[in-house]
Amino acid sequence: MQYDTIIIGAGLSGLAAGIRLAYYDQKVCLLERHTTIGGLNSFYRLRHRNYDVGLHAVTNYAEKGDRSKPLNKLLRQLRLSWDDFALCPQIESSVVFPDCTLRMTNDFELLRSQVSESFPDQADGFNRLVQSIDEFNPFAETEGYLSAREHVRKYLTDPLLENMLFCPILFYSSATPNDLDLRQFVIIFRSILQEGFSRPQEGIRRILRVLVKKFRGEGGELKLRTGVKRILEKNGAACGVELDNGEILEGKRVLSSAGLIETQRMCEEPFVEEKAATGDISFVESISSLDCAPADLGHHGTVVFFSNQTDFRYERPNTPVDLRSGIICSPNNYQFDEPLEENKINITALADHEYWLNIGDEDIYQQAKQEYSQAIIENAINIVPDFRDHIIDQDVFTPRTIKKFTGHLNGAVYGSPTKQLSGTTPLDNLFLCGTDQGFLGIIGAMLSGISMANAHCLK
Amino acid sequence: MNEEQIRLVILDILDKIAPDEDLTDLDDSQPFRDQMELDSMDFLDIVMELRKRYRVQIPEEDYQNLVTMDSTVTYLLPLLKDVESPA
Ligand SMILES: Cc1cc2nc3c(=O)[nH]c(=O)nc-3n(C[C@H](O)[C@H](O)[C@H](O)COP(=O)(O)OP(=O)(O)OC[C@H]3O[C@@H](n4cnc5c(N)ncnc54)[C@H](O)[C@@H]3O)c2cc1C
Repeated sequence: MQYDTIIIGAGLSGLAAGIRLAYYDQKVCLLERHTTIGGLNSFYRLRHRNYDVGLHAVTNYAEKGDRSKPLNKLLRQLRLSWDDFALCPQIESSVVFPDCTLRMTNDFELLRSQVSESFPDQADGFNRLVQSIDEFNPFAETEGYLSAREHVRKYLTDPLLENMLFCPILFYSSATPNDLDLRQFVIIFRSILQEGFSRPQEGIRRILRVLVKKFRGEGGELKLRTGVKRILEKNGAACGVELDNGEILEGKRVLSSAGLIETQRMCEEPFVEEKAATGDISFVESISSLDCAPADLGHHGTVVFFSNQTDFRYERPNTPVDLRSGIICSPNNYQFDEPLEENKINITALADHEYWLNIGDEDIYQQAKQEYSQAIIENAINIVPDFRDHIIDQDVFTPRTIKKFTGHLNGAVYGSPTKQLSGTTPLDNLFLCGTDQGFLGIIGAMLSGISMANAHCLK
Repeated sequence: MNEEQIRLVILDILDKIAPDEDLTDLDDSQPFRDQMELDSMDFLDIVMELRKRYRVQIPEEDYQNLVTMDSTVTYLLPLLKDVESPA
Protein backbone atom coordinates (compact mmCIF):
# COMPACT_ATOMS: atom_id res chain seq x y z
CA MET A 1 0.00 0.00 0.00
CA GLN A 2 1.24 3.47 -0.84
CA TYR A 3 0.25 6.72 0.87
CA ASP A 4 -0.20 9.90 -1.13
CA THR A 5 1.55 11.87 1.61
CA ILE A 6 3.37 10.80 4.76
CA ILE A 7 3.64 13.59 7.32
CA ILE A 8 6.33 13.49 10.01
CA GLY A 9 5.15 15.08 13.26
CA ALA A 10 1.68 15.68 14.69
CA GLY A 11 2.37 19.21 15.90
CA LEU A 12 0.23 22.10 14.74
CA SER A 13 1.78 22.28 11.28
CA GLY A 14 1.52 18.54 10.62
CA LEU A 15 -2.08 18.42 11.79
CA ALA A 16 -3.11 21.37 9.64
CA ALA A 17 -1.36 19.96 6.57
CA GLY A 18 -2.99 16.61 7.24
CA ILE A 19 -6.47 18.11 7.32
CA ARG A 20 -5.97 19.81 3.96
CA LEU A 21 -4.73 16.65 2.30
CA ALA A 22 -7.27 14.30 3.86
CA TYR A 23 -10.08 16.71 2.99
CA TYR A 24 -9.05 16.48 -0.64
CA ASP A 25 -9.19 12.70 -0.48
CA GLN A 26 -5.51 11.91 -0.22
CA LYS A 27 -4.40 8.85 1.68
CA VAL A 28 -2.47 10.57 4.46
CA CYS A 29 -0.53 9.13 7.35
CA LEU A 30 0.54 11.38 10.20
CA LEU A 31 3.42 9.90 12.22
CA GLU A 32 4.24 11.11 15.72
CA ARG A 33 7.04 9.73 17.87
CA HIS A 34 5.62 11.04 21.14
CA THR A 35 2.66 9.45 22.94
CA THR A 36 0.46 12.44 22.22
CA ILE A 37 -0.11 15.17 19.64
CA GLY A 38 0.82 18.84 19.80
CA GLY A 39 4.62 18.89 19.64
CA LEU A 40 5.93 22.19 20.97
CA ASN A 41 2.44 23.15 22.00
CA SER A 42 1.05 20.23 23.85
CA PHE A 43 -0.43 19.43 27.26
CA TYR A 44 0.01 17.04 30.12
CA ARG A 45 -1.42 16.15 33.52
CA LEU A 46 0.71 16.19 36.62
CA ARG A 47 -0.44 15.58 40.19
CA HIS A 48 -4.08 15.98 39.09
CA ARG A 49 -3.50 19.32 37.44
CA ASN A 50 -3.67 20.23 33.76
CA TYR A 51 -0.68 21.92 32.16
CA ASP A 52 -0.25 23.46 28.75
CA VAL A 53 3.27 23.24 27.40
CA GLY A 54 3.53 26.17 25.11
CA LEU A 55 0.39 28.20 25.19
CA HIS A 56 0.83 31.70 26.50
CA ALA A 57 -1.32 33.30 23.88
CA VAL A 58 -2.81 32.49 20.53
CA THR A 59 -1.62 35.30 18.29
CA ASN A 60 -3.44 36.82 15.27
CA TYR A 61 -6.71 37.55 17.03
CA ALA A 62 -9.49 38.42 14.61
CA GLU A 63 -13.19 38.96 15.09
CA LYS A 64 -15.60 36.56 13.46
CA GLY A 65 -16.28 37.55 9.88
CA ASP A 66 -13.19 39.69 9.32
CA ARG A 67 -12.31 37.73 6.20
CA SER A 68 -8.97 39.20 5.26
CA LYS A 69 -7.33 38.31 8.58
CA PRO A 70 -4.91 35.33 8.71
CA LEU A 71 -6.84 33.59 11.49
CA ASN A 72 -10.02 33.54 9.46
CA LYS A 73 -8.23 32.46 6.29
CA LEU A 74 -6.74 29.61 8.22
CA LEU A 75 -10.12 28.53 9.58
CA ARG A 76 -11.61 28.65 6.10
CA GLN A 77 -8.80 26.56 4.67
CA LEU A 78 -9.36 23.96 7.38
CA ARG A 79 -13.15 24.11 6.88
CA LEU A 80 -13.58 25.08 10.51
CA SER A 81 -15.90 27.71 11.86
CA TRP A 82 -14.78 30.65 13.97
CA ASP A 83 -16.48 29.19 17.03
CA ASP A 84 -14.52 25.94 16.86
CA PHE A 85 -11.47 27.37 18.64
CA ALA A 86 -13.62 29.32 21.14
CA LEU A 87 -11.07 32.11 21.39
CA CYS A 88 -11.43 34.68 24.17
CA PRO A 89 -9.52 37.94 23.77
CA GLN A 90 -6.82 39.03 26.20
CA ILE A 91 -7.32 41.61 28.94
CA GLU A 92 -4.16 43.67 28.54
CA SER A 93 -0.49 42.98 27.97
CA SER A 94 2.57 45.14 28.41
CA VAL A 95 6.24 45.64 27.73
CA VAL A 96 8.01 46.72 30.90
CA PHE A 97 11.50 48.26 30.81
CA PRO A 98 13.29 50.34 33.45
CA ASP A 99 11.26 53.55 33.88
CA CYS A 100 8.98 52.84 30.95
CA THR A 101 5.93 50.68 30.32
CA LEU A 102 3.96 50.28 27.11
CA ARG A 103 0.50 48.77 27.44
CA MET A 104 -1.25 46.95 24.65
CA THR A 105 -4.56 45.25 23.93
CA ASN A 106 -6.13 43.85 20.78
CA ASP A 107 -6.87 47.44 19.83
CA PHE A 108 -3.63 48.64 18.27
CA GLU A 109 -4.56 52.28 18.85
CA LEU A 110 -3.76 51.85 22.54
CA LEU A 111 -0.14 51.01 21.75
CA ARG A 112 0.03 53.90 19.29
CA SER A 113 -1.16 56.35 21.92
CA GLN A 114 1.15 54.82 24.54
CA VAL A 115 4.10 55.39 22.23
CA SER A 116 3.20 59.00 21.59
CA GLU A 117 2.71 59.62 25.32
CA SER A 118 5.99 58.04 26.43
CA PHE A 119 8.03 58.99 23.34
CA PRO A 120 6.56 62.23 21.98
CA ASP A 121 9.52 62.87 19.70
CA GLN A 122 9.21 59.37 18.21
CA ALA A 123 5.45 59.44 17.57
CA ASP A 124 5.72 60.60 14.00
CA GLY A 125 8.45 58.10 13.19
CA PHE A 126 6.42 55.33 14.81
CA ASN A 127 3.40 56.15 12.66
CA ARG A 128 5.56 56.05 9.56
CA LEU A 129 7.06 52.75 10.68
CA VAL A 130 3.56 51.31 11.07
CA GLN A 131 2.65 52.59 7.64
CA SER A 132 5.74 50.94 6.16
CA ILE A 133 4.71 47.68 7.84
CA ASP A 134 1.15 47.98 6.52
CA GLU A 135 2.48 48.42 3.01
CA PHE A 136 5.09 45.68 3.16
CA ASN A 137 4.39 42.31 1.57
CA PRO A 138 6.30 39.73 3.62
CA PHE A 139 5.29 36.93 1.27
CA ALA A 140 6.81 38.42 -1.86
CA GLU A 141 9.60 36.20 -3.11
CA THR A 142 12.75 38.08 -2.28
CA GLU A 143 16.16 36.62 -1.67
CA GLY A 144 18.56 37.09 1.20
CA TYR A 145 18.40 38.38 4.73
CA LEU A 146 16.97 41.83 5.45
CA SER A 147 17.73 43.20 8.91
CA ALA A 148 14.61 44.31 10.78
CA ARG A 149 16.72 46.53 13.06
CA GLU A 150 18.03 48.44 10.07
CA HIS A 151 14.52 48.97 8.77
CA VAL A 152 13.20 50.16 12.13
CA ARG A 153 16.12 52.57 12.58
CA LYS A 154 15.02 54.41 9.46
CA TYR A 155 12.00 55.54 11.48
CA LEU A 156 12.97 55.45 15.15
CA THR A 157 15.97 57.10 16.77
CA ASP A 158 15.34 56.23 20.41
CA PRO A 159 17.04 52.90 21.24
CA LEU A 160 14.73 52.37 24.23
CA LEU A 161 11.63 52.40 22.06
CA GLU A 162 13.36 50.23 19.48
CA ASN A 163 14.24 47.65 22.14
CA MET A 164 10.77 47.77 23.65
CA LEU A 165 9.25 46.89 20.27
CA PHE A 166 11.79 44.19 19.52
CA CYS A 167 11.39 42.58 22.95
CA PRO A 168 7.98 40.92 22.42
CA ILE A 169 8.69 40.22 18.76
CA LEU A 170 12.00 38.47 19.40
CA PHE A 171 10.65 36.59 22.41
CA TYR A 172 7.69 35.24 20.45
CA SER A 173 9.40 34.24 17.26
CA SER A 174 13.09 34.63 16.77
CA ALA A 175 15.56 31.85 16.07
CA THR A 176 18.29 34.45 15.58
CA PRO A 177 19.86 36.57 18.34
CA ASN A 178 18.94 40.25 18.80
CA ASP A 179 17.66 40.83 15.28
CA LEU A 180 15.49 38.97 12.81
CA ASP A 181 14.57 38.97 9.18
CA LEU A 182 12.38 41.92 8.21
CA ARG A 183 9.75 39.67 6.64
CA GLN A 184 9.32 37.77 9.86
CA PHE A 185 9.37 40.98 11.87
CA VAL A 186 6.46 42.28 9.80
CA ILE A 187 4.47 39.06 10.19
CA ILE A 188 4.99 39.00 13.95
CA PHE A 189 4.42 42.75 14.40
CA ARG A 190 1.02 42.27 12.81
CA SER A 191 0.20 39.06 14.62
CA ILE A 192 1.03 40.18 18.15
CA LEU A 193 0.98 43.96 18.23
CA GLN A 194 -1.69 44.78 15.65
CA GLU A 195 -3.99 41.74 15.84
CA GLY A 196 -3.26 40.61 19.38
CA PHE A 197 -3.82 37.72 21.75
CA SER A 198 -6.56 35.32 22.67
CA ARG A 199 -6.92 31.91 24.26
CA PRO A 200 -9.54 29.17 24.38
CA GLN A 201 -10.96 28.62 27.85
CA GLU A 202 -9.61 25.05 27.75
CA GLY A 203 -6.22 26.07 26.43
CA ILE A 204 -4.38 24.23 23.68
CA ARG A 205 -6.38 21.03 24.29
CA ARG A 206 -9.35 22.64 22.60
CA ILE A 207 -7.45 23.51 19.44
CA LEU A 208 -5.72 20.14 19.23
CA ARG A 209 -8.94 18.25 19.79
CA VAL A 210 -10.70 20.16 17.02
CA LEU A 211 -7.81 19.53 14.63
CA VAL A 212 -7.43 15.84 15.30
CA LYS A 213 -11.17 15.25 15.08
CA LYS A 214 -11.31 17.02 11.74
CA PHE A 215 -8.29 15.11 10.46
CA ARG A 216 -9.75 11.74 11.40
CA GLY A 217 -13.20 12.77 10.19
CA GLU A 218 -11.76 13.40 6.74
CA GLY A 219 -10.22 9.93 6.73
CA GLY A 220 -6.67 10.76 7.86
CA GLU A 221 -4.65 8.17 9.73
CA LEU A 222 -2.73 9.17 12.88
CA LYS A 223 -0.10 6.91 14.39
CA LEU A 224 1.24 7.89 17.82
CA ARG A 225 4.37 6.36 19.37
CA THR A 226 5.56 5.97 15.81
CA GLY A 227 8.88 7.64 15.12
CA VAL A 228 10.50 7.91 11.74
CA LYS A 229 14.08 6.66 11.69
CA ARG A 230 14.92 7.17 8.05
CA ILE A 231 13.49 8.78 4.93
CA LEU A 232 13.74 6.35 2.03
CA GLU A 233 15.07 7.57 -1.29
CA LYS A 234 15.00 6.29 -4.84
CA ASN A 235 16.65 8.15 -7.73
CA GLY A 236 16.97 11.42 -5.84
CA ALA A 237 13.38 11.40 -4.63
CA ALA A 238 11.76 10.52 -1.31
CA CYS A 239 9.58 7.43 -1.60
CA GLY A 240 8.70 6.49 1.95
CA VAL A 241 9.97 6.15 5.50
CA GLU A 242 11.44 3.54 7.78
CA LEU A 243 9.97 3.63 11.28
CA ASP A 244 11.86 3.22 14.55
CA ASN A 245 10.58 -0.37 14.72
CA GLY A 246 11.96 -1.12 11.26
CA GLU A 247 8.61 -1.12 9.49
CA ILE A 248 8.55 0.50 6.03
CA LEU A 249 5.80 2.83 4.82
CA GLU A 250 5.68 3.84 1.18
CA GLY A 251 4.55 7.29 0.14
CA LYS A 252 4.48 9.41 -2.99
CA ARG A 253 5.81 12.29 -0.92
CA VAL A 254 7.00 13.09 2.57
CA LEU A 255 6.23 16.33 4.43
CA SER A 256 8.36 16.80 7.53
CA SER A 257 7.72 19.12 10.45
CA ALA A 258 10.63 17.71 12.47
CA GLY A 259 12.95 20.61 11.62
CA LEU A 260 15.63 21.21 9.00
CA ILE A 261 18.63 19.46 10.55
CA GLU A 262 16.40 16.91 12.26
CA THR A 263 14.98 16.00 8.83
CA GLN A 264 18.35 16.07 7.12
CA ARG A 265 19.64 13.55 9.66
CA MET A 266 16.95 11.14 8.47
CA CYS A 267 18.23 11.41 4.88
CA GLU A 268 21.23 9.72 3.24
CA GLU A 269 23.05 12.92 2.27
CA PRO A 270 23.14 16.17 4.23
CA PHE A 271 21.83 19.23 2.39
CA VAL A 272 23.07 22.06 4.60
CA GLU A 273 26.04 22.55 6.88
CA GLU A 274 24.85 21.31 10.21
CA LYS A 275 26.50 23.57 12.75
CA ALA A 276 25.51 26.93 11.26
CA ALA A 277 21.95 25.80 10.69
CA THR A 278 21.27 24.48 14.20
CA GLY A 279 19.30 26.86 16.40
CA ASP A 280 20.42 27.75 19.90
CA ILE A 281 17.67 29.91 21.34
CA SER A 282 15.89 28.06 24.08
CA PHE A 283 13.98 28.75 27.27
CA VAL A 284 13.28 27.62 30.78
CA GLU A 285 9.72 28.05 31.95
CA SER A 286 8.57 28.02 35.54
CA ILE A 287 4.88 27.24 36.00
CA SER A 288 3.25 27.98 39.35
CA SER A 289 -0.20 26.79 40.36
CA LEU A 290 -1.76 29.23 42.81
CA ASP A 291 -4.46 28.93 45.45
CA CYS A 292 -6.18 32.05 44.16
CA ALA A 293 -6.59 33.89 40.88
CA PRO A 294 -3.71 36.20 39.91
CA ALA A 295 -6.30 38.98 39.73
CA ASP A 296 -7.03 38.47 43.45
CA LEU A 297 -3.42 39.45 44.08
CA GLY A 298 -3.80 42.50 41.90
CA HIS A 299 -2.25 41.06 38.75
CA HIS A 300 -4.45 41.56 35.71
CA GLY A 301 -1.89 41.41 32.89
CA THR A 302 -2.22 38.73 30.23
CA VAL A 303 1.38 38.71 29.01
CA VAL A 304 4.12 40.92 30.44
CA PHE A 305 7.37 41.10 28.48
CA PHE A 306 10.09 42.61 30.62
CA SER A 307 13.72 43.57 30.59
CA ASN A 308 15.62 44.77 33.64
CA GLN A 309 17.97 46.75 31.49
CA THR A 310 17.45 49.22 28.69
CA ASP A 311 19.87 47.31 26.51
CA PHE A 312 17.65 44.25 25.95
CA ARG A 313 19.67 41.20 24.99
CA TYR A 314 17.97 38.35 23.18
CA GLU A 315 20.57 35.63 22.82
CA ARG A 316 21.77 32.39 24.27
CA PRO A 317 23.01 33.46 27.72
CA ASN A 318 26.30 32.33 29.22
CA THR A 319 24.52 31.51 32.46
CA PRO A 320 22.01 28.64 32.80
CA VAL A 321 19.13 31.12 32.78
CA ASP A 322 19.07 34.76 31.72
CA LEU A 323 17.61 36.70 34.62
CA ARG A 324 17.80 40.04 32.85
CA SER A 325 14.53 39.58 31.01
CA GLY A 326 11.53 37.33 30.65
CA ILE A 327 7.87 36.77 29.89
CA ILE A 328 5.22 36.54 32.59
CA CYS A 329 1.97 35.05 31.43
CA SER A 330 -1.20 34.31 33.30
CA PRO A 331 -3.66 32.11 31.42
CA ASN A 332 -6.38 33.33 33.79
CA ASN A 333 -6.17 36.87 32.51
CA TYR A 334 -8.33 36.56 29.42
CA GLN A 335 -11.90 37.72 28.96
CA PHE A 336 -13.42 34.36 29.80
CA ASP A 337 -17.13 33.96 30.52
CA GLU A 338 -16.34 31.70 33.48
CA PRO A 339 -13.15 31.88 35.52
CA LEU A 340 -10.67 29.05 34.88
CA GLU A 341 -10.69 26.21 37.39
CA GLU A 342 -6.95 26.42 37.90
CA ASN A 343 -4.86 29.50 38.62
CA LYS A 344 -1.45 29.80 37.05
CA ILE A 345 1.46 32.07 36.41
CA ASN A 346 4.03 31.01 33.82
CA ILE A 347 7.38 32.74 33.62
CA THR A 348 9.74 32.14 30.74
CA ALA A 349 13.40 33.10 30.52
CA LEU A 350 16.13 32.56 27.95
CA ALA A 351 18.34 29.61 28.79
CA ASP A 352 21.68 28.11 27.85
CA HIS A 353 20.76 24.79 26.26
CA GLU A 354 24.23 23.36 26.72
CA TYR A 355 24.07 23.67 30.48
CA TRP A 356 20.68 21.96 30.64
CA LEU A 357 21.42 19.24 28.10
CA ASN A 358 24.76 18.34 29.66
CA ILE A 359 23.66 17.73 33.24
CA GLY A 360 24.15 13.99 33.45
CA ASP A 361 22.84 13.33 36.91
CA GLU A 362 19.07 13.28 37.37
CA ASP A 363 19.21 14.57 40.96
CA ILE A 364 21.38 17.50 39.99
CA TYR A 365 19.01 18.25 37.13
CA GLN A 366 16.00 18.26 39.45
CA GLN A 367 17.88 20.48 41.90
CA ALA A 368 18.89 22.92 39.17
CA LYS A 369 15.29 23.13 37.99
CA GLN A 370 14.13 24.09 41.48
CA GLU A 371 16.95 26.54 42.04
CA TYR A 372 16.52 28.41 38.77
CA SER A 373 12.75 28.36 39.00
CA GLN A 374 13.04 30.18 42.35
CA ALA A 375 15.44 32.69 40.82
CA ILE A 376 13.10 33.30 37.89
CA ILE A 377 10.18 33.91 40.26
CA GLU A 378 12.20 36.22 42.54
CA ASN A 379 13.14 38.22 39.51
CA ALA A 380 9.55 38.44 38.25
CA ILE A 381 8.11 39.75 41.50
CA ASN A 382 9.87 43.02 40.89
CA ILE A 383 7.30 43.42 38.12
CA VAL A 384 4.18 41.58 39.31
CA PRO A 385 2.74 41.17 42.85
CA ASP A 386 4.55 38.70 45.08
CA PHE A 387 2.61 35.45 44.66
CA ARG A 388 5.07 33.11 46.38
CA ASP A 389 2.89 32.44 49.44
CA HIS A 390 0.11 31.28 47.16
CA ILE A 391 2.02 28.62 45.26
CA ILE A 392 0.47 25.19 45.74
CA ASP A 393 2.34 23.31 43.05
CA GLN A 394 5.09 23.93 40.58
CA ASP A 395 6.55 22.53 37.42
CA VAL A 396 9.53 23.60 35.36
CA PHE A 397 10.52 22.78 31.84
CA THR A 398 13.91 23.31 30.29
CA PRO A 399 15.65 22.91 26.92
CA ARG A 400 16.08 19.28 27.90
CA THR A 401 12.31 18.81 28.22
CA ILE A 402 11.74 20.39 24.83
CA LYS A 403 14.36 18.19 23.17
CA LYS A 404 13.02 15.07 24.84
CA PHE A 405 9.41 15.59 23.79
CA THR A 406 9.75 17.23 20.39
CA GLY A 407 13.15 16.15 19.11
CA HIS A 408 14.19 19.75 18.39
CA LEU A 409 17.99 19.89 18.62
CA ASN A 410 19.30 22.08 21.46
CA GLY A 411 15.69 22.39 22.59
CA ALA A 412 15.57 25.28 20.13
CA VAL A 413 11.97 26.42 20.34
CA TYR A 414 12.13 28.47 17.15
CA GLY A 415 14.29 25.99 15.30
CA SER A 416 17.04 26.75 12.83
CA PRO A 417 18.24 30.30 12.15
CA THR A 418 18.05 29.53 8.42
CA LYS A 419 14.49 29.08 7.23
CA GLN A 420 13.47 27.27 4.05
CA LEU A 421 10.64 29.52 2.96
CA SER A 422 9.94 27.52 -0.19
CA GLY A 423 9.63 24.32 1.85
CA THR A 424 11.63 22.39 -0.74
CA THR A 425 14.71 20.25 -0.14
CA PRO A 426 17.37 18.91 -2.53
CA LEU A 427 15.44 15.66 -2.47
CA ASP A 428 12.41 15.57 -4.78
CA ASN A 429 9.13 14.82 -3.00
CA LEU A 430 10.55 15.73 0.41
CA PHE A 431 9.17 18.98 1.78
CA LEU A 432 9.40 20.87 5.06
CA CYS A 433 6.63 22.51 7.02
CA GLY A 434 6.36 24.19 10.41
CA THR A 435 9.09 25.79 12.45
CA ASP A 436 11.91 25.52 9.93
CA GLN A 437 9.85 26.38 6.88
CA GLY A 438 9.60 29.74 8.57
CA PHE A 439 6.15 30.43 9.99
CA LEU A 440 6.14 30.16 13.76
CA GLY A 441 3.80 30.04 16.69
CA ILE A 442 0.48 28.29 16.92
CA ILE A 443 -1.19 30.13 14.07
CA GLY A 444 2.01 30.41 12.05
CA ALA A 445 2.69 26.68 12.26
CA MET A 446 -0.83 25.89 11.06
CA LEU A 447 -0.50 28.36 8.19
CA SER A 448 2.81 26.77 7.28
CA GLY A 449 1.24 23.32 7.16
CA ILE A 450 -1.60 24.60 5.00
CA SER A 451 0.54 26.51 2.55
CA MET A 452 3.10 23.73 2.12
CA ALA A 453 0.31 21.20 1.60
CA ASN A 454 -1.25 23.50 -1.00
CA ALA A 455 2.00 24.29 -2.76
CA HIS A 456 3.64 20.87 -2.87
CA CYS A 457 1.16 18.14 -2.12
CA LEU A 458 -2.13 19.17 -3.75
CA LYS A 459 -1.34 20.60 -7.15
CA MET B 1 -25.59 19.00 -15.75
CA ASN B 2 -26.77 21.98 -17.70
CA GLU B 3 -25.52 25.53 -17.39
CA GLU B 4 -27.91 26.49 -14.61
CA GLN B 5 -27.03 23.41 -12.58
CA ILE B 6 -23.33 24.06 -12.94
CA ARG B 7 -23.89 27.63 -11.82
CA LEU B 8 -25.57 26.35 -8.66
CA VAL B 9 -22.66 24.02 -7.99
CA ILE B 10 -20.21 26.92 -8.27
CA LEU B 11 -22.34 29.03 -5.97
CA ASP B 12 -22.36 26.19 -3.48
CA ILE B 13 -18.56 25.93 -3.65
CA LEU B 14 -18.14 29.69 -3.23
CA ASP B 15 -20.45 29.59 -0.26
CA LYS B 16 -18.32 26.88 1.30
CA ILE B 17 -15.07 28.76 0.71
CA ALA B 18 -16.46 32.13 1.74
CA PRO B 19 -19.31 31.39 4.12
CA ASP B 20 -19.89 34.99 5.20
CA GLU B 21 -20.07 36.44 1.70
CA ASP B 22 -23.44 37.51 0.30
CA LEU B 23 -23.67 35.94 -3.15
CA THR B 24 -27.21 36.97 -4.09
CA ASP B 25 -26.06 39.98 -6.11
CA LEU B 26 -23.21 38.24 -7.90
CA ASP B 27 -22.77 39.61 -11.42
CA ASP B 28 -22.02 36.61 -13.63
CA SER B 29 -20.10 38.64 -16.17
CA GLN B 30 -17.71 40.26 -13.68
CA PRO B 31 -14.62 38.66 -12.12
CA PHE B 32 -15.29 36.91 -8.81
CA ARG B 33 -12.30 38.68 -7.34
CA ASP B 34 -13.83 42.12 -7.93
CA GLN B 35 -16.96 41.16 -6.06
CA MET B 36 -15.71 39.12 -3.18
CA GLU B 37 -12.50 38.63 -1.33
CA LEU B 38 -10.78 35.63 -2.90
CA ASP B 39 -7.06 35.11 -2.53
CA SER B 40 -4.96 32.54 -4.33
CA MET B 41 -5.56 29.98 -1.56
CA ASP B 42 -9.32 30.33 -2.00
CA PHE B 43 -8.94 30.14 -5.73
CA LEU B 44 -7.06 26.87 -5.50
CA ASP B 45 -9.98 25.62 -3.44
CA ILE B 46 -12.46 26.16 -6.28
CA VAL B 47 -10.32 23.92 -8.45
CA MET B 48 -9.81 21.39 -5.66
CA GLU B 49 -13.50 21.26 -4.75
CA LEU B 50 -14.38 20.50 -8.38
CA ARG B 51 -11.83 17.73 -8.37
CA LYS B 52 -13.12 16.36 -5.08
CA ARG B 53 -16.75 16.42 -6.13
CA TYR B 54 -16.66 15.51 -9.82
CA ARG B 55 -13.16 14.21 -10.47
CA VAL B 56 -12.53 16.93 -13.04
CA GLN B 57 -8.86 17.79 -13.40
CA ILE B 58 -8.26 21.40 -14.34
CA PRO B 59 -4.70 22.05 -15.50
CA GLU B 60 -3.05 25.22 -14.23
CA GLU B 61 -2.99 26.81 -17.70
CA ASP B 62 -6.79 26.67 -17.73
CA TYR B 63 -7.28 28.56 -14.45
CA GLN B 64 -7.80 31.74 -16.47
CA ASN B 65 -11.15 30.32 -17.58
CA LEU B 66 -12.41 30.47 -14.01
CA VAL B 67 -12.40 34.23 -13.66
CA THR B 68 -16.11 35.02 -13.92
CA MET B 69 -19.20 32.90 -13.38
CA ASP B 70 -20.02 33.03 -17.10
CA SER B 71 -16.58 31.90 -18.21
CA THR B 72 -16.45 29.21 -15.53
CA VAL B 73 -19.78 27.74 -16.60
CA THR B 74 -18.78 27.82 -20.28
CA TYR B 75 -15.50 26.10 -19.49
CA LEU B 76 -17.04 23.43 -17.28
CA LEU B 77 -20.06 22.59 -19.44
CA PRO B 78 -18.30 20.09 -21.74
CA LEU B 79 -16.50 18.57 -18.73
CA LEU B 80 -19.62 18.14 -16.63
CA LYS B 81 -22.38 17.60 -19.18
CA ASP B 82 -22.56 13.86 -18.48
CA VAL B 83 -22.46 14.26 -14.73
CA GLU B 84 -25.68 14.03 -12.72
CA SER B 85 -26.73 17.20 -10.99
CA PRO B 86 -26.42 16.91 -7.21
CA ALA B 87 -29.73 18.67 -6.61
C1 LIG C 1 7.44 27.10 25.96
C2 LIG C 1 6.80 27.47 24.67
C3 LIG C 1 5.89 28.51 24.65
C4 LIG C 1 5.28 28.86 23.46
N1 LIG C 1 4.32 29.81 23.52
C5 LIG C 1 3.63 30.10 22.40
C6 LIG C 1 2.55 30.99 22.45
O1 LIG C 1 2.18 31.49 23.51
N2 LIG C 1 1.91 31.32 21.30
C7 LIG C 1 2.28 30.76 20.12
O2 LIG C 1 1.66 31.07 19.11
N3 LIG C 1 3.30 29.90 20.03
C8 LIG C 1 3.98 29.54 21.15
N4 LIG C 1 5.01 28.65 21.08
C9 LIG C 1 5.49 28.22 19.75
C10 LIG C 1 4.62 27.17 19.11
O3 LIG C 1 4.30 26.19 20.07
C11 LIG C 1 5.40 26.49 17.97
O4 LIG C 1 5.90 27.47 17.10
C12 LIG C 1 4.52 25.53 17.16
O5 LIG C 1 3.82 24.66 18.01
C13 LIG C 1 5.40 24.74 16.20
O6 LIG C 1 4.67 23.74 15.55
P1 LIG C 1 5.35 22.79 14.48
O7 LIG C 1 4.29 21.93 13.95
O8 LIG C 1 6.13 23.60 13.55
O9 LIG C 1 6.47 21.95 15.25
P2 LIG C 1 6.37 20.88 16.44
O10 LIG C 1 5.30 21.24 17.37
O11 LIG C 1 7.72 20.73 16.98
O12 LIG C 1 5.98 19.54 15.71
C14 LIG C 1 6.91 18.60 15.27
C15 LIG C 1 6.47 17.23 15.73
O13 LIG C 1 7.27 16.25 15.08
C16 LIG C 1 7.52 15.20 15.96
N5 LIG C 1 8.71 14.51 15.48
C17 LIG C 1 9.97 15.00 15.40
N6 LIG C 1 10.79 14.08 14.86
C18 LIG C 1 10.03 13.00 14.57
C19 LIG C 1 10.31 11.73 13.98
N7 LIG C 1 11.54 11.40 13.56
N8 LIG C 1 9.29 10.86 13.84
C20 LIG C 1 8.03 11.18 14.26
N9 LIG C 1 7.72 12.36 14.80
C21 LIG C 1 8.71 13.25 14.97
C22 LIG C 1 7.71 15.89 17.29
O14 LIG C 1 7.51 15.00 18.37
C23 LIG C 1 6.65 16.99 17.22
O15 LIG C 1 5.42 16.55 17.75
C24 LIG C 1 5.63 28.23 22.26
C25 LIG C 1 6.55 27.18 22.28
C26 LIG C 1 7.12 26.78 23.49
C27 LIG C 1 8.06 25.61 23.49
